[in-house]
Amino acid sequence: MADQALPISGSLAATPSRGAALLEWLHAWVVTVDHKKLGILYVVYALFFLLIGGAEAIIIRIQLAVPNAHFVSPEVYNEMFTMHGTTMVFLVGMPMLFGFANYLVPLMIGARDMAFPRLNAFSFWMTAFGGLLLYFSFVGGFGLYGMGSAPDVGWWAYAPLTAKAFSPGHNTDYWALALIVSGFGTLGTAINIIATIISMRCRGMTLFRMPLFAWLMLVVSGLTLVTITPLTAAQIMLLIDRYLGGHFFDTQAGGSAVVWMHFFWIFGHPEVYVLVLPAFAIANEVIPVFSRKAIFGYPAMVSASVGIAFVSMAVWAHHMFTVGMTSVGNAFFVLSTMMVGIPTGIKIFNWLATMWGGKIRFATPMLFCTAFVLQFLAAGLTGIMLSVAPWDWQLHNSYFVIAHFHYVLVGAIVFCIFSAIYYWYPKVTGRMLSEKLGKWHFWLFFIGFHVTFDTMHFVGLLGMPRSIYTYEADRGWNTLNMIVSIGGIIQAVAVLLFVWNLVDSYLHGAEAGNDPWDAWTLEWSTPSPPPPYNFAIDPVVRSRRPLWDIKHPNDPDWKYER
Amino acid sequence: MSTIPIFADENWKLPSRGRVGMLSLIIGESAIFTIFVVAYVYYIGRSAYGPTPRILDVPYFNTVCLLSSSLTIWLAEHAIERGKIRAFGLWWAVTLLLGATFLVGTGIEWSRLIVVEGLTIRTNLFGTTFYSLVGLHATHVVVGLVGLSIVMLFTLFGRIEQRHAERIQVFALYWHFVDAVWVVVFTVVYIVGR
Amino acid sequence: MHTGRSLSSIRYLLGLCFYLMLSVRIGLAQGPQAVPSTLAPDSTPAHEIQSLSHFVLLITGAIFVVVAGLLVYIVIKFRAREPDAQHEPPQVYGSLQVELAWTVIPVLIVVVLFLTTARIIFAIQDAPKPKSALDVTVIGHQFWWEFRYPKFGIVTANELHVPVSPESDPKPTYLQLLSADVDHSFWVPQLGGKTDLIPNHPNQMWIDPHHTGLYLGQCAQFCGVEHAKMLLRVYVDTPGQFAAWVKNQEQPGVRDAAVASGRHVFETQACVNCHTIAGTIAKGTFGPDLTHLMSRATIAAGAAANTPDNLRAWIKDPNAFKPGSLMPAMQLNDEEVNELVAYLSTLH
Repeated sequence: MADQALPISGSLAATPSRGAALLEWLHAWVVTVDHKKLGILYVVYALFFLLIGGAEAIIIRIQLAVPNAHFVSPEVYNEMFTMHGTTMVFLVGMPMLFGFANYLVPLMIGARDMAFPRLNAFSFWMTAFGGLLLYFSFVGGFGLYGMGSAPDVGWWAYAPLTAKAFSPGHNTDYWALALIVSGFGTLGTAINIIATIISMRCRGMTLFRMPLFAWLMLVVSGLTLVTITPLTAAQIMLLIDRYLGGHFFDTQAGGSAVVWMHFFWIFGHPEVYVLVLPAFAIANEVIPVFSRKAIFGYPAMVSASVGIAFVSMAVWAHHMFTVGMTSVGNAFFVLSTMMVGIPTGIKIFNWLATMWGGKIRFATPMLFCTAFVLQFLAAGLTGIMLSVAPWDWQLHNSYFVIAHFHYVLVGAIVFCIFSAIYYWYPKVTGRMLSEKLGKWHFWLFFIGFHVTFDTMHFVGLLGMPRSIYTYEADRGWNTLNMIVSIGGIIQAVAVLLFVWNLVDSYLHGAEAGNDPWDAWTLEWSTPSPPPPYNFAIDPVVRSRRPLWDIKHPNDPDWKYER
Repeated sequence: MSTIPIFADENWKLPSRGRVGMLSLIIGESAIFTIFVVAYVYYIGRSAYGPTPRILDVPYFNTVCLLSSSLTIWLAEHAIERGKIRAFGLWWAVTLLLGATFLVGTGIEWSRLIVVEGLTIRTNLFGTTFYSLVGLHATHVVVGLVGLSIVMLFTLFGRIEQRHAERIQVFALYWHFVDAVWVVVFTVVYIVGR
Repeated sequence: MHTGRSLSSIRYLLGLCFYLMLSVRIGLAQGPQAVPSTLAPDSTPAHEIQSLSHFVLLITGAIFVVVAGLLVYIVIKFRAREPDAQHEPPQVYGSLQVELAWTVIPVLIVVVLFLTTARIIFAIQDAPKPKSALDVTVIGHQFWWEFRYPKFGIVTANELHVPVSPESDPKPTYLQLLSADVDHSFWVPQLGGKTDLIPNHPNQMWIDPHHTGLYLGQCAQFCGVEHAKMLLRVYVDTPGQFAAWVKNQEQPGVRDAAVASGRHVFETQACVNCHTIAGTIAKGTFGPDLTHLMSRATIAAGAAANTPDNLRAWIKDPNAFKPGSLMPAMQLNDEEVNELVAYLSTLH
């Protein structure tokens, strides 16, 4: 319904005016409940905030390129790093990955739409408005320092810095409220994905015949249910403290700052798995297709993902090794953190085994996924280093930690996001992205990424803490910081190239057809872009790779799958 | 797609999306409540000053009302499954009444605590954790009552039919959840905490 | 065409060499370093951490070399080559034996890493406190450090003096960590890992510097606007130096008649609300104790050197070089500021 034109009665003209057509087009996008349109809205929204969050990062890096710089004031700097983190996690990572899920999951399981299309739309708009509320903080409220009231307490917002006594302005309030609002959106999408996957698979698609992308989104959505909600709870408590005179985190009244840390990281740690599991989901689709082989060890990949989700809920206090837990407490979290590395490592081996013996085509999606495997390996290993609590007593809150988590967030997740966009853009738009620009994008971004984040590990080892708007000139950090900043500029250029590719290919890209990559899952059986109803006839499947079965009728997968 | 041979098993029955969705929502909400319960339990006895849980009266009557409403809503579900709309309407109304009674009772309890005992959310840590936890639950009761009222209205206008049984059951899941949470909150606040 | 995987393995190895060279160059040097880093430990906890880190690095480095090497090999060997690319390769769906192997080996690695780590945790955190230990209470403020020596009744700020603790005759310093406002963290990389200062949650850590000299650090938990300028200076003294320092700190503030007008300005302005100068009516505790201000090399928790010009600028407008600092501009005229600075300059 939403995709049809508005009835314009009483018009004598054969075609509506351009203005009316534009309005109709916009209206269709605003009222849509189609999972594909909502998926696109999520991704475009996330890309927009990727640019903004990236700009914030560039501001940070300009300020830190030389010691004692005055590019921005400390107040503005603190807003920049807080907003950079908050934006990238909540307005880029989550919407981007849930956007992909929205678009792809119904197509991959042979469904017509998500289980609850209206909830889907509601969830998107909640997320979107949450983000807008967060950014309104730059201009709204009674800014104490002339730069509005953007949150400036770190994306982790530790108590009691966030108490009214120490943060009298509205900065913290924008942080809490915006995230509560967008959190409802996230919760709605998670519920939707779970219901869709459980209840709307096409005939023959048992859970163990779903694409791994769908499995991982199921696991992620389940994890989200118990991950975002603790943050919402803690933020409600914070607002009760700030506005109703509550004492949850009021250390004068018996409340505890450490309790905030526990609650925040009970959210915060599984949250990074909510972000990285979809990256794995993408790799699980791209790597097999470009290696021309089925994924190695499908059941193990499923168990490893479920295992990661469960264990990830038991590791949170590795962010708190320095707060004075007992030695036994510290040791427990060392063990649980190291344990979560096991299923994660297994996945890397499975990807390598998938590529082994294959005939690898290094088109742009595969370039990004291959770099992802390497970088995720490195990120996992620096994670192991950080899990060693005594070493963490040195490295915690230093640039080593920032290097580690950017290795995961950018080196693994953003690389997979780029891979996913190059891979599925043809399906969504019907046009191919330029391979030439894609390769430029890849190499520039790869180089810039390593220049910045490899170097950053060292400046952390040399004692530079995080969250500082400037540093002393005689501590030996000057050159390294300059190098880190230069890498940032290179990455920015790469991303701008990418945006250009997106726009230019939409207008002039080669036609894609149904299945430009010779892939095997159901989304590639529809036209590009798919019609609103997805499948004219409900699919029936017999194996994990229905299109492989069609293309290889003498050697179908269902003969071999366990 | 039609070239793929259909295998022998013709039975393709998946769980209802309403149920799965509601169960997922319940899991998420349970996580929120867990955090508030953990905060409550951790902070027992840690108020630096002010009234203690000894001033609480155990709300036996309210609890009986709320927990019986789970029974009555179950009876309503039972009735509509069998197409007995009148019986359904009756039990539904009783459920609504019991839920409203619980809410009113909570209000009376709070009124006494605020006016007589001087305990508010800002008085001390106990006040904060008490009103937050019990209040969060009460908010969920309010949402449930709104849902119950809407269905009641539909019933009074004769719009509810047997084919709506599934949806009624999905909503009832929420109501049962609210009651289950009360069991936990009641235990933690009025038994363990006192 | 060569893809970049082998390039970045080379980059990793180069980085590893750089790190090791840095480590060796810095680590071989003794005492405080120009670059006060985690790679130049000079105290037992810092040394233990570094030894552990080398072991961990060895294991993780080996894992990286093997797995990344495999990736590089795969990328080169299994690249699609025309015209062979037309046919699909043999499909392999999995192998229980292989998967079991690459599960068991990581489990074993984890067991080894965990046990090694646990040993060091207990060694540092639960180390028995010797009788010779010195107790210092550290109180974190926005944005400065308060140091109290209960045994001597001394209160000072921002620059910590501790006795050297040679391995032959250990005299560690035990720091009791408290906070007056928000969370902070005490981090002097050469002397040990960091521990947080959390209000209503006392913590404890210990250091035993092996050499004399000045060690640098700073607050390592974001605590507000001027978190970046909450620097730490730890002076490790010989026993003689330390005793002399303590003796001086125990004295009340110097009472030089020549600067009586400055002292008068101090005592009649709001300075006394926040600052203490022993021997005067000033007993404020919100700001640093100024009794022996001139015994310190820096002011504003390291934000500037302790010179009369800087003092003058600081008093006139603290936001000039530490914007967001909680000390208000006192709205004094130039004459008053000069007299004040003259007085403060006598407080050795």
